[in-house]
Amino acid sequence: MKPLERRRFDAVIVGAGGSGMRASLQLAEAGLSVAVLSKVFPTRSHTVAAQGGIGASLGNMSEDHWLWHMYDTVKGSDWLGDQDAIEYMCRMAPRVVYELEHFGMPFDRNADGTIYQRPFGGHSANFGEKPVQRACAAADRTGHAMLHTLYQRNVRAHTQFFVEWMALDLVRDDAGAVVGVTALEMESGEVMVLEGKVTLLATGGAGRIFAASTNAFINTGDGLGMAARAGLPLQDMEFWQFHPTGVAGAGVLITEGVRGEGGILLNSAGERFMERYAPNLKDLASRDVVSRSIDQEIKEGRGCGPHKDYVLLKLDHLGPDVINKRLPSIREIAIKFANVDPVREPIPVVPTIHYMMGGIPTNVHGQVVAPARGDPAVPVEGLYAVGECACVSVHGANRLGTNSLLDLLVFGRSAGDHVVALNLPAQAHRSLPNDAGAPSLARLARLDGAKDGERVADVAADLRRTMQSHCGVFRNQEILSEGVRKVRELAERVARTAIGDRSRTFNTARVEALELDNLIEVAKATVVSAEARRESRGAQARSDYPDRDDVHWLRHTLWYREGDRLDYKPVTLKPLTVESFPPKVRTY
Amino acid sequence: MRFSIYRYDPEKDAAPRMQDYDIELDPHDRMLLDALIRLKTVDDSLAFRRSCREGVCGSDAMNINGKNGLACITNLKTLKEPVVLRPLPGQPVVRDLIVDMTQFFAQYHSIKPYVVDDEPPPERERLQSPEEREVLNGLYECILCACCSTACPSFWWNPDKFVGPAGLLNMYRFIADSRDRDLNWRLDNMQDPYRLFRCHSIMNCVDVCPKGLNPTRAIGNIKSMVVKRAV
Repeated sequence: MKPLERRRFDAVIVGAGGSGMRASLQLAEAGLSVAVLSKVFPTRSHTVAAQGGIGASLGNMSEDHWLWHMYDTVKGSDWLGDQDAIEYMCRMAPRVVYELEHFGMPFDRNADGTIYQRPFGGHSANFGEKPVQRACAAADRTGHAMLHTLYQRNVRAHTQFFVEWMALDLVRDDAGAVVGVTALEMESGEVMVLEGKVTLLATGGAGRIFAASTNAFINTGDGLGMAARAGLPLQDMEFWQFHPTGVAGAGVLITEGVRGEGGILLNSAGERFMERYAPNLKDLASRDVVSRSIDQEIKEGRGCGPHKDYVLLKLDHLGPDVINKRLPSIREIAIKFANVDPVREPIPVVPTIHYMMGGIPTNVHGQVVAPARGDPAVPVEGLYAVGECACVSVHGANRLGTNSLLDLLVFGRSAGDHVVALNLPAQAHRSLPNDAGAPSLARLARLDGAKDGERVADVAADLRRTMQSHCGVFRNQEILSEGVRKVRELAERVARTAIGDRSRTFNTARVEALELDNLIEVAKATVVSAEARRESRGAQARSDYPDRDDVHWLRHTLWYREGDRLDYKPVTLKPLTVESFPPKVRTY
Repeated sequence: MRFSIYRYDPEKDAAPRMQDYDIELDPHDRMLLDALIRLKTVDDSLAFRRSCREGVCGSDAMNINGKNGLACITNLKTLKEPVVLRPLPGQPVVRDLIVDMTQFFAQYHSIKPYVVDDEPPPERERLQSPEEREVLNGLYECILCACCSTACPSFWWNPDKFVGPAGLLNMYRFIADSRDRDLNWRLDNMQDPYRLFRCHSIMNCVDVCPKGLNPTRAIGNIKSMVVKRAV
């Protein structure tokens, strides 16, 4: 076998969304040689679709405190979040938002010139007393404005991007250190090894394992597949967030900012039903709570439309001025995807898969950690992960709205700082194992050699349907066990797919087949972890175990691909400097 | 529904060709992108870019029945059959509906696409009044899909010299930002006969922008600033 072409960098970053580009900025500005790989041009990464805002206790609208933000995040996580990481994130929040403003982010402004902040689900003042305006917003295009700003700042810093390159596998040496990645240049079809003294995964989510998802097509969990195949665990994969308001039928996201600005949810009787489920925060309760409430309304026959299968999001009472100023894209989306103009009519919405709370386990420096020698969190040499593909864990069992963009900024930056402190330019590359690239080449060779087999699109569609029916809002043992069996069958079918496209040039069929290799790992991790967790916590709601069980299940799940096996590790309840928030009953 | 789609794979086609497809759509197929994805399940060799499927990432720009647009927000009901799909005009074709956008992004990069301010930043946010922020509306929303620049004859003739509507819209986004301190460089950069002044205000860009933005107006604003500074 001809050895693969190699290129060397101080750091290799996989993914050019918000977290990858926040990290690359730290590295490029410190003068390191950085390669950032992305399947799409950086501004097309899925961060671009975030709408509502970035959570930070700036206190621009009324009194706020990072400790209140921390409390809301811990409670939102249903106590599965690690309180050291949550303290770190909430304390850093104002700083990273100010930095983003300094980078040129076009935030909306208040009359006094400060950044405009809007209310958002689960965010409160004074430990749950009343809603607080904490979401720093650029209309309803916050993600777009943030992603473009970060890209622009990286242009200024001369970051080197490898656009339309798909990373395939991690390369580990005999000691287990990660020494780089293999990657496919989509335009030429060439496979190369990109060597890095450190490798940072920032590949985002994997919502495309579900049939109805707000996620972009590129969200196929590539970093998770790479980590799982390299023998690393995936953490808390049973926890998937349903966003309460995806456009019924289309799945396109309608930001929680609509409810933040005063929009309300109605059932077929025209009742504002969230008042019954969450008397205090009502429509602005946590997403898991609102999604379950909508599902309950639909189940009990109070859904709207001919099939009684959605509820209505009413915002016409905000008036055209507020809608056009604060929610212009929502109006556009509703007109295009739901045939309604929200200035006059409500938008049909249903809970829709939106966010993966789990991911590759890391510490607050973004270092990937795995159990070793009796320690549950030993850093893996040379490997970092940040953003949605990572699990720090700040979101625990349910993420608060606006904490995802914040997560990208805080941990992108902290990982960047940690890597800079390693003084990489003074260090040599570890030597590359002789068989580096062999697993990737074997996968490609199988695809190229497969004369007949199932179509990738068919297997992927079956996988999405299976996950949708077996890992939905409400789960039970029977549904989950059946799901595990079906997903394992699907894994065998994934290994027998074939593609018709034989070209090397921009072969998107090949890319989709390689993505399916990642989707299946994420799906297995999800359903196996969910089946084993016999309690209801945050986004995991089991009708057969309706209560949270802190005695047995206040712990993180770790799933390993090898043997499809599970392990567990404790939740960190002790923050860095403040008193712990002990678990209590969660009401809104 | 009937489609006629531009096909070109440099590995096997000596020249581009148009391929006809007739495909039965599902009632849920609403947008052109839905139809393309259904087509791809039949013929996986058809290559096109796509990602967000909601008109915000800018991946799936193409020429649809003679006009540039995004497949994901083009409703099938608005399209005459056969639907003729071609890659964005004037750009080198990599394969099928995928064009090489190097020149387009090089022009974007050439305008210093970032807020320039060498003063040390304050502890908190720099202040900006709602009125100062308001002028960025209609400018910052650009998704770099290239529908506008590749609909512009001036950009077809001089893609290496003329910045093009997308780049110029972004140039004005930074000129207009009250936080930017680089006005002189920006106007100097627009002085030669090509970079700005190749725009002849034919407004193809405005006509095709899927986000409803108006590059021609932004270009007009830059032109008057350049002229005003000269007198």
